[in-house]
Amino acid sequence: MIEVKNLYKDFGSIKVLKDISETIEKGEKVVIVGPSGSGKSTFLRCLNLLEQPTGGEIWFEGQMITGKGCNINHIRRKMGMVFQQFNLFPHLTVLDNITLAPVKQKLKTKEEARQTAMKLLERIGLAEKAGAYPAQLSGGQQQRIAIVRALAMEPDVMLFDEPTSALDPEMVGEVLSLMTDLAHEGMTMVVVTHEMGFAREVATRVLFMDEGRILEQAPPAEFFGSPKNPRLQDFLSKVL
Amino acid sequence: MWWQQLWEQIYTCLIDKDRWKLILEGMGNTIIIALGAVLIGTVIGAAMALMRISKSRLLRGLSLVYITVIRGVPVVTQLLIFSFVVFAPLGWNKLHIAIVAFGINSGAYCAEIFRAGIQGVSAGQMEAGRSLGLSKAQTMVSIIIPQAFRAVLPTYTNEFVVLVKETSVAGYIAIRDLTKVGDAIRNATYNAWIPLFAVAIIYLIMTLGLSRLFAVLERRLARSDRG
Repeated sequence: MIEVKNLYKDFGSIKVLKDISETIEKGEKVVIVGPSGSGKSTFLRCLNLLEQPTGGEIWFEGQMITGKGCNINHIRRKMGMVFQQFNLFPHLTVLDNITLAPVKQKLKTKEEARQTAMKLLERIGLAEKAGAYPAQLSGGQQQRIAIVRALAMEPDVMLFDEPTSALDPEMVGEVLSLMTDLAHEGMTMVVVTHEMGFAREVATRVLFMDEGRILEQAPPAEFFGSPKNPRLQDFLSKVL
Repeated sequence: MWWQQLWEQIYTCLIDKDRWKLILEGMGNTIIIALGAVLIGTVIGAAMALMRISKSRLLRGLSLVYITVIRGVPVVTQLLIFSFVVFAPLGWNKLHIAIVAFGINSGAYCAEIFRAGIQGVSAGQMEAGRSLGLSKAQTMVSIIIPQAFRAVLPTYTNEFVVLVKETSVAGYIAIRDLTKVGDAIRNATYNAWIPLFAVAIIYLIMTLGLSRLFAVLERRLARSDRG
């Protein structure tokens, strides 16, 4: 579904991603872990071109999205993204947050979008918050609504960029359990996170990134049970 | 009695010989110039703000030159240049020239206000809009600008109030604005303080009214900030 070939990304003279090649298949739940500054968020943000790669190719559903003549807006409709800081639109109600993108892009009528949004809100138990503004909600509620906002576009893959890092500890659970539900429904997911428990339970594959490279990858049992790379062993000894 | 004398002075300065009509005319001109200029200034300001943050070096350069020149030259000097140099060959009505001159002047200040507002919206908002498939322009219109507008409203109001007061130099190109009219009455009646204080009070009412009006708008827009 997503194929990354020889991806490089520099910020000025700093080389953040160094020759990354990786394939993510439909239905996979890939969790990326690694120390801060290892390039894992940058890698994720390159997948939907929020960061423009310096070199290499990214293919999505058979289309090269790094080339000229690719309409990135159409690609992004199929790639939902959830941010660390939620990034809900503070001037819009919860309902408008969810319906804005499908309606503006004429993918749905206002009424259709509203119905989809209400169904999604009911599912996460926040239907009564449809008319509220983001500032009136807890962090956990905001992040779950941000997830629903991405889902309303009916994406083929969901990208999560440290979705629980900005949350108070007691709200992490509700967000992770929504993500777990999504995973069980078969959604293809790429998740950058520090939540090792989530990686262990939900991931089909865990990647370890350090200094702009993927140093090791394995199914979670093997990844956590018998890590081979000394850097990964060191990292796991600190976080587990 | 002192109050009889006061009434006589007020009568002479503000009522006798239809002087109240003159004052109304001055007020009208002041309002027309300020309103026209704020409209032009807002449009120019919005365009310049977008140019200032665009990717094109040419557009950025053009808007920077405009903003620097306009903000670096006194408004009276600009008004005189527009009146006697730029628009002189066109034979325009002085009032129209003043509206355009003040509008172009205000545009430079509005540009900086709007730019600060747009740049003050967190980068995550643009990323969130783009990640949902919206184009840059759609994200600007639906997400960034509404937030920026709310953030800059107090500063923008202030610019409008400043503009109302700045039009008081329109007399330099022989426009009978409120200040000019007050001064003319002073000349004709040899009474300085009644016409000038009257004019001052009228300005105060106009600027206070304007501030109040925007304060109401601000409160309406602040609905979504309730925590």
